[in-house]
Amino acid sequence: MERIADVMLKDQDRIFTNIYGMQDRSLSGAKSRGHWSNTREILKKGRDWIVDEMKASGLRGRGGAGFPTGLKWSFMPKESDGRPAYLVVNADESEPGTCKDREIMRHDPHSLVEGCLIASFAMNAHVCYIYIRGEYIREREALQAAIDEAYEAGLIGKNASKSGWKFDLFLHHGAGAYICGEETALLESLEGKKGMPRMKPPFPAGAGLYGCPTTVNNVESIAVVPTILRRGADWFSSFGRENNAGTKLFAISGHVNHPCIIEEEMSISFEELIDKHCGGIRGGWKNLKAVIPGGSSVPCVRGENMKDALMDFDYLRGELGSGLGTAAVIVMDQSTDIIKAIWRLSKFYKHESCGQCTPCREGTGWMMRVMERLVNGTADPAEIDMLLDVTKQVEGHTICALGDAAAWPIQGLIRNFRDEIEDRIKDQRSVQNIAVAAQ
Amino acid sequence: MLRRLHPNQPTSFAFSPENQKWAEAQLTKYPEGRQASAIIPLLWRAQEQEGWLSRPAIEFVADMLGMAHIRALEVATFYFMFQLQPVGSAAHIQVCGTLSCMLCGAEDLVSICKEKISPTPHTLSEDGKLSWEEVECLGACANAPMAQIGKDYYEDLSGSRFEELLEQFRGGNAPVPGPQNGRFSVEPSAGLTSLSDVNDGGPTANKSVSLAKKFNDTVKRIDGTDDTITIHWGKQ
Ligand SMILES: Cc1cc2nc3c(=O)[nH]c(=O)nc-3n(C[C@H](O)[C@H](O)[C@H](O)COP(=O)(O)O)c2cc1C
Ligand code: SF4
Ligand code: FES
Repeated sequence: MERIADVMLKDQDRIFTNIYGMQDRSLSGAKSRGHWSNTREILKKGRDWIVDEMKASGLRGRGGAGFPTGLKWSFMPKESDGRPAYLVVNADESEPGTCKDREIMRHDPHSLVEGCLIASFAMNAHVCYIYIRGEYIREREALQAAIDEAYEAGLIGKNASKSGWKFDLFLHHGAGAYICGEETALLESLEGKKGMPRMKPPFPAGAGLYGCPTTVNNVESIAVVPTILRRGADWFSSFGRENNAGTKLFAISGHVNHPCIIEEEMSISFEELIDKHCGGIRGGWKNLKAVIPGGSSVPCVRGENMKDALMDFDYLRGELGSGLGTAAVIVMDQSTDIIKAIWRLSKFYKHESCGQCTPCREGTGWMMRVMERLVNGTADPAEIDMLLDVTKQVEGHTICALGDAAAWPIQGLIRNFRDEIEDRIKDQRSVQNIAVAAQ
Repeated sequence: MLRRLHPNQPTSFAFSPENQKWAEAQLTKYPEGRQASAIIPLLWRAQEQEGWLSRPAIEFVADMLGMAHIRALEVATFYFMFQLQPVGSAAHIQVCGTLSCMLCGAEDLVSICKEKISPTPHTLSEDGKLSWEEVECLGACANAPMAQIGKDYYEDLSGSRFEELLEQFRGGNAPVPGPQNGRFSVEPSAGLTSLSDVNDGGPTANKSVSLAKKFNDTVKRIDGTDDTITIHWGKQ
């Protein structure tokens, strides 16, 4: 746990210097904060240098799975076999609790536009598509304005930043389907079809968009690239514990005094994160009941185990059986009906299942209906283990990870709050018994 | 979830001349032979023009893209933002009901919709002005609870503020969107804990709010006359 506590990340080490949009948001404002300052020189260093530097930085994908970004880029073919290569940026941001990419796109868009150029160049792609969720209409307008500015200034286009590299950047949008955040569903959607995930292999690096080599990366993963390359891999990896490098946007929602988005050092403790930026837990730390530390897909954690938790991939997964996911931290105080909270997520997954595989299509509905009975206490006690069993049958048996994502919150609930579920069933039964006796 | 076309359909659809131009410009974003890629943006524009997505509109877009009608129907029914039935003439209210918003009071907002608009979602209010639905997480969870109305997000809502908003929309006005509690965007409401070196004379509202004020089209039908089409990119 080597991390010096209580040294707050300094503004000069923040990548997103306009995340709240309070500074000039135009291209000249972005330039005054350092964006686009030596893009040409970075590109001049060449593809291998960029990929190696990204590997050395330790950046892990910010879209949820935490896959090392530099390594992912290295899977792309070095030479074209005649097919073009594509970078596709995942701006679908629909995982409940997650709302960080929105702030990048509307308030710090040039970090993303510049990142798209550099990342595409590193993967031999002349074209990049950004797929933004349909509901982000103003964000789309804001980002398109930034893209237009970059074209007009010659930063991207025929001779991008005078590097000799031709680069086109297109903004495309969806129309409200969580599943389109899954990378192969996103590609299907971008090709004009229903957003149904593809079987893998082939992986996108072999055959992705239009059957061509493609890398899909999250908005934040791409937007941090220019600063990492500018300041160096060593600078970035000096934050966070080993294997959990960097700074990270955290989105904190729910029962804290001041919900917010904040860029902090990885591996910051949960307590520090909440006390410094969110004004503490509503009603004080004793009032903390549970936390979902990484977006709706990761299991919840009991409040008492969260206080000292380090907010990084390895700690949350290894020590607490949960995950950092998208760093969307959902905080619940003692007033929360935790069974109902998890039921609401089950409802979400049922609504969003694309219906392509049976365990997910049938399982999400079944799990939601049992969860409903757990909420009102009318389930049979034996159904708790049955439910757990069904989550295990869904997990790992579907085409995409939405099946797992639907199973994990319920597993987390039963693991952490089984007593509460059992008590509710008992209470409901005694109420019924009294009612029967009174008749 | 099964989504069907509405039983009552208009007899025809066509893009306005400006929207037609806009739509044709969209096609240039995709490689030769990949025009189907444009289907979501084009269906969306059709909905922006008419308020909802009718069968003739879906078929019109399919024809324009050289797609079989059934493929376009599949897309229209798959994506939840396509309104397959008429919506309130003044506004359609989309309340986020997912966890962060639920924890912060979304259930109260849904009750208000039931009381003030109609007991069931996707149903016109008696005066035909409003309709509502509960939607899944809109990606603004640190500003919970919130609702999307037209193009805009109304955030940090209280029940009473939400009721006021509904009345304003009903009366044909579109109130200023964004946080409804005085917050700028998504900073801690008690004051900045980072990036506090804010320049004087900076923006007076967050970018989404600025754009809403600039275009003044929160619930406006889009006929394309306000669009300037700039194509910076080359042929693919
Ligand atoms: C159901 C589902 C939804 C997802 N939604 C998103 C999303 O909205 N945004 C995102 O960046 N990644 C999402 N992902 C992860 C992507 O599949 C992919 O791993 C990610 O975009 C890769 O980017 P990264 O390596 O930069 O993290 C989702 C995955 C699944 C299974
Ligand atoms: S797991 Fe669910 S969402 Fe994923 S492909 Fe199968 S049915 Fe679709
Ligand atoms: S839960 Fe409502 S915006 Fe995310």
